[in-house]
Amino acid sequence: MPEKHPPKHAANEPAGNAQEATSADESTAAVVSVDTAGGAMEPSAVPATAQSGQLPGGPDTLLRRIFTGSGMVSVLAVLLALIIGGLLIASTDERVATAAGYFLARPTDFLTAVWDAATRSYLALFQGSVFNPRGNSVAAQFAPFMETLTIATPLITAGLGVALAFRAGLFNIGAQGQIIVAGILAAWVGFALHLPLGLHLLLVLVAGIIGGAFWGGLVGLLKARTGAHEVILTIMFNYIALYFLRYLLNTPAFQRPGEANPISPILDPTAVYPQIFGTQYRLHLGFLLAIAATVVVWWLLNRSTVGFEFRAVGANPKAAQTAGINVSRSTILVMALAGGLAGMSGVAQVAGTEKVLTDGVAATYGFDAITVALLGRSTPWGTFAAGLLFGAFRAGAVQMQIQTGTPIDIVLVVQSLIVLFIAAPPLVRAIFGLNPRRRKPARAARSREAATTGGAA
Amino acid sequence: MSTTVSSSKPGKPQPGGKGPDTRAAAVSAKPVTWKTPVLLTAFGLVALVFFGLLAPTQTASFGISTGSDFFQLPAVEVNAFAGGLVLSILLLGLSGYAVYLKTKDRHVPGWLTVAFIVLFTAAFLIWVVGGARTPSISLAGLIAGSVTLAVPLVFGSLSGVLCERVGVVNIAIEGQLLGGAFTAAIVASVTQNPLIGLLAAAVAGAVVSMVLALFSIKYLVNQIIVGVVLNVLVSGVTGFLFSTVMQEDSDRFNSPPGLDAIEIPVLSGIPIIGPILFRQSLVGYLMYIAVLVVWVGLFKTRWGLRVRAVGEHPQAADTLGINVNATRFWNVTLGGAVAGIGGSFFTLVAIDSFTKEISGGRGFIALAALIFGRWNPIGAFFAALLFGFADNLQSIVTIIGTPVPSQFMAMLPYLVTVLAVAGLVGKSRGPAASGIPYVKG
Repeated sequence: MPEKHPPKHAANEPAGNAQEATSADESTAAVVSVDTAGGAMEPSAVPATAQSGQLPGGPDTLLRRIFTGSGMVSVLAVLLALIIGGLLIASTDERVATAAGYFLARPTDFLTAVWDAATRSYLALFQGSVFNPRGNSVAAQFAPFMETLTIATPLITAGLGVALAFRAGLFNIGAQGQIIVAGILAAWVGFALHLPLGLHLLLVLVAGIIGGAFWGGLVGLLKARTGAHEVILTIMFNYIALYFLRYLLNTPAFQRPGEANPISPILDPTAVYPQIFGTQYRLHLGFLLAIAATVVVWWLLNRSTVGFEFRAVGANPKAAQTAGINVSRSTILVMALAGGLAGMSGVAQVAGTEKVLTDGVAATYGFDAITVALLGRSTPWGTFAAGLLFGAFRAGAVQMQIQTGTPIDIVLVVQSLIVLFIAAPPLVRAIFGLNPRRRKPARAARSREAATTGGAA
Repeated sequence: MSTTVSSSKPGKPQPGGKGPDTRAAAVSAKPVTWKTPVLLTAFGLVALVFFGLLAPTQTASFGISTGSDFFQLPAVEVNAFAGGLVLSILLLGLSGYAVYLKTKDRHVPGWLTVAFIVLFTAAFLIWVVGGARTPSISLAGLIAGSVTLAVPLVFGSLSGVLCERVGVVNIAIEGQLLGGAFTAAIVASVTQNPLIGLLAAAVAGAVVSMVLALFSIKYLVNQIIVGVVLNVLVSGVTGFLFSTVMQEDSDRFNSPPGLDAIEIPVLSGIPIIGPILFRQSLVGYLMYIAVLVVWVGLFKTRWGLRVRAVGEHPQAADTLGINVNATRFWNVTLGGAVAGIGGSFFTLVAIDSFTKEISGGRGFIALAALIFGRWNPIGAFFAALLFGFADNLQSIVTIIGTPVPSQFMAMLPYLVTVLAVAGLVGKSRGPAASGIPYVKG
């Protein structure tokens, strides 16, 4: 179990130290009581675990945080989600249904059919996202991986935005709207202004980031000033942004001349991201910027005063205020930064992948970003890795649907199951029989006792 | 969602320059802020300028009776300019009274806000219809349509009330509606019986809720996280099964028999209230029953007292012998069943087949209605009606051709919600323990 590993960044994670020594279950309870001061106060929107980017009882070294945070559980959670997804695929497969008809006569046929149906789909998913052995050149064989990186780009930056807000205790459901507003501004600068190479792209990027930061900051401002809950605000702002975009795309300023459909003019060649590995791949400069953004967010959270304030506010707003941190300012600032990061996704969409503005500019990246941040445990590099994983799912799902007819929706199922399982390590451990015996039975007995006595004991 | 509290930051000047003085503190624990009076005045001025001074001079006509009513009333005709002016002056009067109350350090009463909203809506309606190409709409149709569109919202927000009152935030309303809609469609198609479909929808909603309850109560996963993820999960599962099962054989799996409107003789002929109260589908009648039952249950019964105790102060409830987590589990499950029935409305009443994402974000509007309605079943009901009204108005004004772009009409419910959570319902607050897992000991 991971408790053995000493924390490398102990000095930077003061909240984590107390949890290291405790057992997983105790620390879960501890987290809850830290979060609510023993139930005496309201919790922040995000549990302390998500804010500190730690699993209960988990260590906190950089490498472990990326892949093995509580590595075994993460891997098993992904495995479990894939198994359930595979069963769902198999359940609608015709050959499986046929084989199930004579299950009692030849059960092996049924099991083979189940295995075939699931693996066929997942193989297609892999070939569509990482490596296609049937490509006729090395470049073509790695084309799926480039596509994965392309799709991961907006997921990573938007995911970072969500993760940053998590760390400050804010639940930012609004990446979708922030991407849209950023897309509107970036696209407008891209097709309406005609500027020299370099400057134009820079302005597009800045406009997008400002757009996202404005939309996110507005939520922060409303929350800080009126106390309105950011979950409601961000959900509503998503819809407002979407309808505003739809309105704009029907106005002469945004609609492509001579076009009846709501679609903007194509962005100037000077306003789009260059394709970094040549024109045969869609992968663009935005991906490198996403890596840069990850580094910046890591630095911000772990090495800067502002980041420390964010985390302090996230861990306990009242204590932070008492300690002299301006909570309102932190709320506004963190939401603006989160919006700016989501804005980078909007720029990646209009200036990188799509090169036009449509009402589908944000696709579902804003919502996927939430699962990305959750899977990444709200740490910058975890979010980066989760973005790559979900990018691979997205890219591969298209190929999977073409090859095997398995609907893309299966990706949603697997994604959400992964996040659910990772959020509940005890469940995963129980399913795989990994629960340390000394802890689990004691707890179960206690809750059984509570149930029989009506909680009075 | 328990932090919709009007916060006046200590040590900060109130917007408007007046700090809370000591007398205010003596009158009530919470300082009277300028927020509501300022908001109301701003809206009053908007009404005066746009609906009054800049109003079109056409006469707006509102039909009251439909052909099936047993007596006919003439249509109400209002000159848009005069009507807008009169109403906006009334609105300014109300906001002036709010300002006066503020200077006396008294809270703006609830009826004033409600009256303001009603008058503002009327002024807005007159303005929109008066500026249209054909300045005439059927008020009866508008209201009946609003109730119809509000049905899933009401069920969704009741689900939210049941969950939040017991201390569990339910963001998964959208998933419960969608799950209910899907299950109702497939079960009703296979059994050819809409009642079984309705029942199955309730079960499906309850199952979604049980997952929410299991993860948030047993595994202490953050409730908002579980809710968000469940929405994605249900959307994925129903989308997957829709593509693989339903579309393969839509005659067999996706053609549910509908629940027809049941008309109560004579009463259904009353103008305006007849169609909305006495000409509904089974789900529509269930909606009225559910609102009343939940209200009575929560506020007049022992069960409701326990539920609210668990939602407000689980430690105290536990001390008094209430099993906090079991109460939470079963209430959340019940809430899911209610939302599931709401979901069946989509496939058994509104449209006769299931399509991907048929709930279209209404679960989130239901969430807003819950907060707008101050965690009260009756309040949530009226808030949902307001949103249904805005939704219906949007499609009607597109037909009669108004100067307001339809996208802005579509935006309206969301804008209203933002204003509501940021200002108008600032005084309200959710159950104290909503969102906090309860760990015994």
